[in-house]
Amino acid sequence: MIVAGCDVGSLSAEAVIMRDGEIISSEIIGVRPRPELSAKEVMDKALLKVNLSLEDIDYCISTGYGREKIPFAGGNISEISCHGKGAHWLIPSVRTVIDVGGQDCKAIRVDEDGKLQDFTMNDKCAAGTGRFLEVMAKTLEVGLDEIGPLSLSSRNSVVITNICSIYAQVEVSSHIAHGADLHDLAAGINSAMANRVKSLAMRVGVAEDIVITGGVAKNIGVVKTLEEMLGVKARRFKVDPQIVGALGAALFAREKILQRG
Amino acid sequence: MIVAGCDVGSVTIKAVIMNDGSVISYHIIETGFKPDLAAKDAVDEALSKAHLTFDDIEYCVSTGDGRKNASFADKDISQLPCLSKGTYFFIPSVRVVVDVGGNTTKAIRVSKVGKILGYRLNDKCAAGSGRFFDILAEALELRLEDLGSLSLQSKSPLEITSQCVVFAESEVVSLINDGNDMADIMAGVSQSVASRIASLVKSLSVEKDVVMTGGVAKNISVIRELEKYLGVSIKTVSTDPQIVGAVGAALFAQEALKARVPI
Repeated sequence: MIVAGCDVGSLSAEAVIMRDGEIISSEIIGVRPRPELSAKEVMDKALLKVNLSLEDIDYCISTGYGREKIPFAGGNISEISCHGKGAHWLIPSVRTVIDVGGQDCKAIRVDEDGKLQDFTMNDKCAAGTGRFLEVMAKTLEVGLDEIGPLSLSSRNSVVITNICSIYAQVEVSSHIAHGADLHDLAAGINSAMANRVKSLAMRVGVAEDIVITGGVAKNIGVVKTLEEMLGVKARRFKVDPQIVGALGAALFAREKILQRG
Repeated sequence: MIVAGCDVGSVTIKAVIMNDGSVISYHIIETGFKPDLAAKDAVDEALSKAHLTFDDIEYCVSTGDGRKNASFADKDISQLPCLSKGTYFFIPSVRVVVDVGGNTTKAIRVSKVGKILGYRLNDKCAAGSGRFFDILAEALELRLEDLGSLSLQSKSPLEITSQCVVFAESEVVSLINDGNDMADIMAGVSQSVASRIASLVKSLSVEKDVVMTGGVAKNISVIRELEKYLGVSIKTVSTDPQIVGAVGAALFAQEALKARVPI
């Protein structure tokens, strides 16, 4: 039985292909202007890796921001449920999933079976989402993936007082103009980011084990700072934390088939 | 009696020179990253327009977020009193000052004699500030001063659904990519900014006359939209709306001087 999950977000799209309950392929791309194009491209790439085609997939579920526009998906499920599902499958002891995506941030509570219990979400303000880091990477003139490693060698983190990404950008530019250290700025940016995520997570209540999913989970600086702020260690995945939503979608697809018998 | 007012804002610095109670010159420059030097430059430029030198200034008051940077000033006074004073000077019938600058949006309620009765402030979120227009003008390669008249050409403004300026910027870009009319997009932006300003004003008070100051008061489309949201007509000052705070500072300088030198 071959199933697939396709997560089309605001900035990236992910596909996961599973055979008989095992992940056999996954892919991540930056989005195209239209969700259906992103979905097709990311799915084709994931299929190509294992020499399969769309016809080989028994069932596909889409999720994410563009989930309703995916022609080859048999159904769609919200990314909140999918992140809970995917995270629970990878680490069954998980109770809190913190998903920090490109344009939103969610804190999701799941029960012993990985079922959604409660969640909070910010998709109104760029602070505390991947967009904040993107804006900052541009301001620092470094790659998005460099902010994490850079921050690790900071000795004196810069405090960023503005929450608004726009104002924080001006604040960081002014620090740069006054000769602030790049590492200290990166650390300050990660702290500002972690602080917003922490506030959101506290609203839903943080129960252990916790995991962090989404692209921002790859920023080691944000992860470490968030762990310090919450006073708990997040469990690490064996897979890329960005594919957890697509994985959850694939698991739902698998359930669907099994239910059909 | 020659006095000066210098308003050191987060985005621009405004310097005003007054002689015997009238504005004789002013100058506006970008704040940049060296506000202390820029503040001095702004005053010097304003002085040279009036064929004066720094020594001619008898008293100078600074105001604005960065007012401490104007170390040459004799005194510094916070923005709210300066804005109220400046607006009252131009329009004594003012009861609510709506100042929309580069970073901060303020609504100030003033009495019949120009005294501050209350105020609301947003300096936490760029939505509803002038920054949105700065960013869009730069991204779309449009001139800031053209945005207002461009928006007025729109017959069916497009709704901008994101409040966050970061998200709204992406929304605007995709509206453009979808081939929408630029005037319709910009009219939507004006509505969005005006709606945020209106919430702030309504949380304080809507009383005639409402006077709008600050850089965004140069955008006629925002004024028209704000009038719709508030249900009152909005007045603007007879000079550049950006210099009102600096005029207020200069008026305080004049008062200080009068108190010091009895005539």
